[in-house]
Amino acid sequence: MATVTLRLSPRRAHVRTARLVAAAMARRSGVSEELLDEVRLAVGEACARAVQIHERNGDGGPVIVEMVDGVQFELVVHDGLAGGALRSVDAQLPDVGGWLEPQDEHIGLALLDAMVDDITIEQDDTGSGTRVRMRWPTT
Amino acid sequence: MDLTLNVHSQGGRTVLEVSGEVDVYTGPTLRDRITALLDGGALDLVIDLGRVEFIDSTGLGVLVGALNRVRDLGGSMVLRCSQERVLKLLRITGLDQVFTVQAVLDPPGAGPAAEPPAEKPGQIPDADGSEVS
Repeated sequence: MATVTLRLSPRRAHVRTARLVAAAMARRSGVSEELLDEVRLAVGEACARAVQIHERNGDGGPVIVEMVDGVQFELVVHDGLAGGALRSVDAQLPDVGGWLEPQDEHIGLALLDAMVDDITIEQDDTGSGTRVRMRWPTT
Repeated sequence: MDLTLNVHSQGGRTVLEVSGEVDVYTGPTLRDRITALLDGGALDLVIDLGRVEFIDSTGLGVLVGALNRVRDLGGSMVLRCSQERVLKLLRITGLDQVFTVQAVLDPPGAGPAAEPPAEKPGQIPDADGSEVS
């Protein structure tokens, strides 16, 4: 089992870096090729949400992305902000007409929830911030 | 690869070719370009996503915003795309029911299956009674 941890300054440009690293790590871990797009999108959505919350409320502290290579490939995005706390995965994708209303950052989470089979959203142990935890099977 | 945007005219429409990655970082650039096209009077748009390597919810939001604006102005907007990774995202989000999606001839890197560019009779929200603000 190996762990790779990224600590990203909360800047939009760094979200791409997280995607690239996560996709490379997932591939090395044995995640199937057809799931790599999902990994890429998932880490991007989770990081984009965290960065946007930092833009509004942040202290410039890092967004942390932890990737664990094991029986499954586990990826955790921690926003590290009390203001980022969510009650649960209660975000819903809008219906057809709803897309035409202004969107908030919950859309990214709703997309994650619709797409990733194994996803949990947890409060940080210290009460500050939210962890989006996702897992994919490896071969 | 970062975002690259190219514009040309085709059959009376303005085609915006989008290449690279549309995400939380590059999305505003795409939005600004579409806004500039609309401000310049190009009201019938084709957004060609054939060379898009990645698009996230921010990118989808930009496209939805553009569609709203186009409708307000009395124009039209079509997405041109045959890439399964993009089409899948449109299906998951239900946006395949919002946009008119047109297939592409010879999509780059999309394999041999290319259909003629027949315009899909895309359902739009106001066609089934939903309110469009």
